Amino acid sequence: MDAGTRGVERVSFRTYHEVEGRDSSGLGEQVAAQRARVTNRLRTVARTVAVMSGKGGVGKSYIASALALGMAARMRGGVGLLDADLNSPTASRLLGARGPLRVDADGVHPAVAQGDVKVMSMELLLDEGQPVTWRQPSGERFVWRGLLETGALRELLGDVAWQSLDVLVVDLAPGGDRLSDLFELVPQLTGALVVTIPSEESRVSVERSIRTAQALGVPLLGIVENMSGYACDTCGGTRPLFDGRAGAALAEAFGIPLLGSVPFHPVNDQRPQLELPASVVDAVTASLMITQPTQVPSS
Amino acid sequence: MKFLCIDCDTQMTFDERQVPGDGTFAASFACPSCGRRIAMLANEMETQLVNAMDVRIGGRTLREEPMQLIRTSVSGRADALDDIPPAGSAGRVRAVWSAESEERLARVPSFVRGMVKKIYADYAQERGIVQITPEVMDRARSELGLEGM
Repeated sequence: MDAGTRGVERVSFRTYHEVEGRDSSGLGEQVAAQRARVTNRLRTVARTVAVMSGKGGVGKSYIASALALGMAARMRGGVGLLDADLNSPTASRLLGARGPLRVDADGVHPAVAQGDVKVMSMELLLDEGQPVTWRQPSGERFVWRGLLETGALRELLGDVAWQSLDVLVVDLAPGGDRLSDLFELVPQLTGALVVTIPSEESRVSVERSIRTAQALGVPLLGIVENMSGYACDTCGGTRPLFDGRAGAALAEAFGIPLLGSVPFHPVNDQRPQLELPASVVDAVTASLMITQPTQVPSS
Repeated sequence: MKFLCIDCDTQMTFDERQVPGDGTFAASFACPSCGRRIAMLANEMETQLVNAMDVRIGGRTLREEPMQLIRTSVSGRADALDDIPPAGSAGRVRAVWSAESEERLARVPSFVRGMVKKIYADYAQERGIVQITPEVMDRARSELGLEGM
């Protein structure tokens, strides 16, 4: 019941901005400090690249992992891979990364996988086959999930002792909004690599994520078309796997380079299971080197 | 958020927080002019909102531990993380854990236990507390705003 209803005189008092004193909780400062932790942590990382796709199931984690491995063989300063697909993490398994992870005053140390790639993934923190389960009151989880997931991504970036790296590859979950989350936390993001498969459905879906990147001002390094045909070990030829030419169509529509096409290979003991054609790794690496990182306005 | 003592037209200052362990949160503020105190009582949803943002009402009084949000919010694998004691800690006098407090610590999920143990040990050391009891743990939890620990 307010003062008028109770029949007493209304009191007047100053409003938030009229009270000069500092907010005693300083929530804004606390959030700014969280961001600063990420910025400070990534000062020793020369380039951060997001691997994204608007569509799930295009082999994005495979491309990100194989790319990290390929780059690690070409760069002496170290390569890291952050599996930012919190709910469906697979990159650490692809790279053969294992825990437990050491925690000391410098933070949580990433697992070192094949090719000396430093890996951090929720998969390293969860029991085999267990989904990410937030310990929040049931029935309200949908309210908190976004905040918690962004907070978890912030910690995976800022609380991990990445140390000095030439490149940190961030494997994003499907969906354009994931790039927005990353970009808010890492405004100095060097660029984004787009992964698609040839199908028309993928083209439409990936187009949305490209538009998101453009709207944010994130430099687009180029497109990699995955599952671009079926490579037959018997005849040596490559046969179509999907209808469509999404990679080339997106490249033409947006003026972005098609950096390579990766055919689907059947299992073959003679070939490494995680490998991209050298031309694709070279093209992505070259694009990364010439791309100017997003300019962060000085505050 | 600011609290104003209307009678004195003076901004109240943060006094203390309480984390009763039932998912709610309380903080008291006092008027430096007249001494009047008020309590802000947050329900489970409001408390959870603050926790999900990983911030502390009344300000952060503790250096954030690595992956504190993930460790306190996710049901993780028991042996996922290997907490290494800080260099030089072997020579420092650390508080002794009472049997009751060790029992309580054992109920904390392994995924987060190493971090929780370090936080309580640091709290005791900074205050010259020689034995960690459940009462010390309660006090630390409230003072530091450690919901869920």
